Amino acid sequence: MSNNQEKKYNMREFLAFTAASILEDGKAAFVGTGLPMIAGMLAQKTHAPNLLMIFEAGSIGPHLPELPISVGQGLTTYHALAASSMHDVMSACQAGFIDYGFLGGAQIDVYGNINTTVIGPHDSPKTRLPGSGGANDIASFSHRTVLMFGNQTQRTFVNKLDFLTTPGFLDGPGAREKAGLPSNTGPYRVISQLAVYGFDDKTKKMKVISLHPGVTIQDVKDNSSFEIIIPEKYAISPEPSDKDLDLLRNVIDPTGMLIGK
Amino acid sequence: MEVLQEGKGKLVGWHDPDENREYVLHNKSRELKDKTTTAKDAVAKFVKDGAYIASGGFGHARVSMNIIYEIIRQKKRNLIMAGKTAVHDLDVLVGNGCVSEVEVAYSFAHEVRGLSPASRRMVETGKCKVIAETSNAGYQWRFLAGMMGLPFIPARNMLGTDTGKYSSTKVVKDPFTGKPITLIPAAYPDVAFIHVHRCDIYGNCQIDGIMVEDFELARCARKLIITTEKIIDNEIIRATPWHTVIPFYCVDAVVEQRYGAHPCEMHGEYFFDEEHIAEWLAVSKTDEGIQKYAEKYIFGVADFDEYLAVCGGFKKLDFLIKREEMRVPLITPWRK
Repeated sequence: MSNNQEKKYNMREFLAFTAASILEDGKAAFVGTGLPMIAGMLAQKTHAPNLLMIFEAGSIGPHLPELPISVGQGLTTYHALAASSMHDVMSACQAGFIDYGFLGGAQIDVYGNINTTVIGPHDSPKTRLPGSGGANDIASFSHRTVLMFGNQTQRTFVNKLDFLTTPGFLDGPGAREKAGLPSNTGPYRVISQLAVYGFDDKTKKMKVISLHPGVTIQDVKDNSSFEIIIPEKYAISPEPSDKDLDLLRNVIDPTGMLIGK
Repeated sequence: MEVLQEGKGKLVGWHDPDENREYVLHNKSRELKDKTTTAKDAVAKFVKDGAYIASGGFGHARVSMNIIYEIIRQKKRNLIMAGKTAVHDLDVLVGNGCVSEVEVAYSFAHEVRGLSPASRRMVETGKCKVIAETSNAGYQWRFLAGMMGLPFIPARNMLGTDTGKYSSTKVVKDPFTGKPITLIPAAYPDVAFIHVHRCDIYGNCQIDGIMVEDFELARCARKLIITTEKIIDNEIIRATPWHTVIPFYCVDAVVEQRYGAHPCEMHGEYFFDEEHIAEWLAVSKTDEGIQKYAEKYIFGVADFDEYLAVCGGFKKLDFLIKREEMRVPLITPWRK
């Protein structure tokens, strides 16, 4: 396991930084609740000042001065270009306007399908989770979906989901298209506390893109119930700078409600 | 069209459009009538046991909490609730035993604050049943189909997933593209309640900020209770009619209640009362805790004005107003 007690950052800060680095200036990102909001804010305050952030409750293009507690609160319209409705922004997503969809999850499988509905059988669950929320929509429609998983273990990276809430590549190549989902969509990156993953072009199975500093291939294998493709060449994930950490800790999430956990 | 899949979720709140047109013809008056009333009378008249209900706003933002407390106060039972973007609204109703069935897009969690102890426990112990799954756009578009007076509306979400399988949608082969497409059934809630910034006595409403799903929800609900921060003169509505987001003929009751969303946020007016929500999250871990909470904030007060006094009155509200303007720092007392 990574020795981040020697590091100047905690794993949530690292996740937020890594996710933010994926977002591009001048693109549209649909941000879900939690860490995705932080990633969006950090991106806007660093390399992507014109990142178009969109919130599922209807806010279009805000510049957030502080971290919202809810994707539906008034603050999400701060300095925004438009304050609209869920119908408007979800339609925009379905019609192809959204480049990146940012989501979290409880369980994930090798094809990037996600569960946020139940642990255990649906009709008598051991644990009832919130359900899809906007995740199923965002993952169905965004050109690229980025999944943030702070807790990669064998119990979260599973062989078979208890419930397939949100579509990754379903059961393999061609499955999304066969189901009727929009073409050229699907999971693009998965970011965990160990690594950044992508998906193999041919098999649509999860593969390593970069390992975080101090993480080994064995760490990755020990914390997944399914086999993750290890390519011959992979990178080491870049670390956040002091400036990034200062922004995260003192500007974006000063109460530590998300990154302090 | 070839039906490829039928979701096994229970279909709630659906009516044949011709049946609903008859209902609208006879029940949604087009007359300009003074509809002002009290929360007590509106709930007694329009919320029946077993009704299919929907709460406007976004779960803990711009929610008619005064109506929700009144539903609990009047001990309504066996309600079926739209778990559309349900957060505090549903948690409090389920925790207090009013809601027995939920169709879930997002429920039983408080976003960043964490999972809801009360409503989750009710589901995990079988006291509240999840009768169908869907997604946020899935629910939003149920209301769109209802607003349009249609039996269903097609969409490309929920395909290939268990969310779709456990929903009340059907999947058909689209005759234009030949590809599978989801048909989302219309929803016509028996009662919806929406909190707005301004409204005249007839029910013409103005909302500041995001509409969330309320544009459509207001237009498909069989009965709509509007609660408003402020009643304004009809002349103000007519001066800028493009600011009217809900027209009077959708509305069945108008209740004026300043701070009526507390402890939920009201855009531009007051912030979430994080202290109060933290108290609810802590005490609702047990049934006894819920009972004590209800005694203090719902049954032990005559009405919402009295409730606000118990919550801290002017001092608390002044803080929430300043917090919404970001003039005082954020507090997060629910953090462990």
